[in-house]
Amino acid sequence: MRETFTRCLQEEARRNQNLVLITGDLGFGVLFPFMKEFPERFINAGISEQAMMSMAAGLAMEGKTVVVYSIGNFPTLRCLEQIRNCCAYHEANVKIVCVGAGFVYGTLGMTHHATEDISALRLLPGVTVYAPADAVETEAVMARFLTEPGVAYLRIGRGGEPIFHQQGSLTGYETGKAVPYCEGKEAYILTAGGILSSAIEAQKLLKEHGFDVGVASFPTVKPIDAAYITSLCEKVPLLVTLEEHTIVGGFGGAVCEVVSGLKANRARVVRIGMNDLYSSIVGSQAYLEEYYGLDGKSVANKVQAALEGRL
Amino acid sequence: MGYEKSRQLAYKVRRHALDMTSRGGTAHIGSIFSMADIVAVLYADIMHHDPKNPKMPDRDRLVLSKGHAGAGIYAVLAETGYFPIAELETHCQNGSRLSGHVSHKGVPGVEVSTGSLGQGLPMAMGMAMAAKINHQDHRVFCIIGDGECDEGTVWESALIANQFGLDNFIVTVDFNKIQSITSVENTIKLEPLDQKWASFGWHVIRIDGHDHEALHRAYAEALAARGKGKPIVVVADTVKGKGVSFMENDVLWHYRTARGEEYEKAVKELEAQKP
Repeated sequence: MRETFTRCLQEEARRNQNLVLITGDLGFGVLFPFMKEFPERFINAGISEQAMMSMAAGLAMEGKTVVVYSIGNFPTLRCLEQIRNCCAYHEANVKIVCVGAGFVYGTLGMTHHATEDISALRLLPGVTVYAPADAVETEAVMARFLTEPGVAYLRIGRGGEPIFHQQGSLTGYETGKAVPYCEGKEAYILTAGGILSSAIEAQKLLKEHGFDVGVASFPTVKPIDAAYITSLCEKVPLLVTLEEHTIVGGFGGAVCEVVSGLKANRARVVRIGMNDLYSSIVGSQAYLEEYYGLDGKSVANKVQAALEGRL
Repeated sequence: MGYEKSRQLAYKVRRHALDMTSRGGTAHIGSIFSMADIVAVLYADIMHHDPKNPKMPDRDRLVLSKGHAGAGIYAVLAETGYFPIAELETHCQNGSRLSGHVSHKGVPGVEVSTGSLGQGLPMAMGMAMAAKINHQDHRVFCIIGDGECDEGTVWESALIANQFGLDNFIVTVDFNKIQSITSVENTIKLEPLDQKWASFGWHVIRIDGHDHEALHRAYAEALAARGKGKPIVVVADTVKGKGVSFMENDVLWHYRTARGEEYEKAVKELEAQKP
């Protein structure tokens, strides 16, 4: 995802002379090609995320499209008020990129676990939130992320993630649209971000056990695809949301907000994610996913339990 | 005396601000009075701006980072012709666009909205950086408070502006020595404030922030420092509540609204100083 991001960024920078990249002193190696090609449009603001975010708003007020790059919680929670006041209120063209969604930096400890960012960014008026699942979704989303006006947040992995969609299959992607992965008759697993891998694995396991469960990915968390969720509610009685993130106010919360507002055909929503806690243990992303029940097998067990009325 | 234009404007800013805060029952009159001469000098004689064309591309920009003194900016903008003076009467009234902390939404001449301290300064720095990238000649002015200097982002910005040699960036510290609860000295010490900025690599000018001649000289020096690769800070020694004897140097007037006899007395004192 990260390589796709940098490639798309450079392509857009060639098209848009007003595109400026600011980093909070991160992106060693990764951002070097951009630095080399556009030295006058590359700014290293040092390790000062709060000033960096306000500065980005100031640049945007002068007509720049400003991409702010950092990792983990640094471009989000660290400077949340700056995003609210300086960027969102001013409708500034500031594009915030977080590398390290969820447990990407699992071994580095809780400071580097990005597990509340979707909730935090989602609650700010005027901020679009993207959480693509793979390189194909990232490429599709980047076309929107860098060109649509206003503040947007992009949450991606570090690179080397599996590819779920056919190359080029999402060209022309529109912000706010869900991407159905496979159809189901009994339930749907809805995901945002790279954790789509667990949903797909769970779907296969459930199929082996005779359950017909669909899967859909939400590259845009805000605005959420309410029409698609509504259509699923008309079709199945159970929606399971899966995110490498807290279950409080995040992607699952967004789905619940849609479902609870429906007049009829309200599906049950079961949220899978971090259960309102921090991880004080460390490990690889795969290890932590399994530890917190976000792996394919755990998800399959939970979906089956819900379908059988045991949950 | 000289500098009639800026003195007149400073008087009018104080006079309007007194009425606006009294009518709105709002605070921060002391903070407005301490920076009244600074904004008056900037808008009357220093900044390149056109009230009839507020978005003129080559205008100098001003960001009031100490947004709580917003009434002072609205007053100076109305007096210089950005919008009708009569609109000042709506300040802080229900449904008004003239909020207590300065807002840019629908208000001609206000570049950005502030109010949360330590945010306007880096925004202004971003604007100065954009001008550098675009090879534009205009300058970006920013006014910050002394209490605001407690914010980490002020010093983050001080480091960044120096790193990028933003000599088109002119910051004024309204150093009135009083912050929210008590004096700066008894809260978070700032002195030697000029040396702090100098050690961050800035071109520092320290002056009496109520002396119009000194203010004009300071900004002339600031503009002349263009091309030297250093951001500029004017540390302006000011008096909180300057212009009304019973408000001066009293933290109470960070909050209190002049009403009744106090209002009448303040009007009388200000009018006695009318240039």
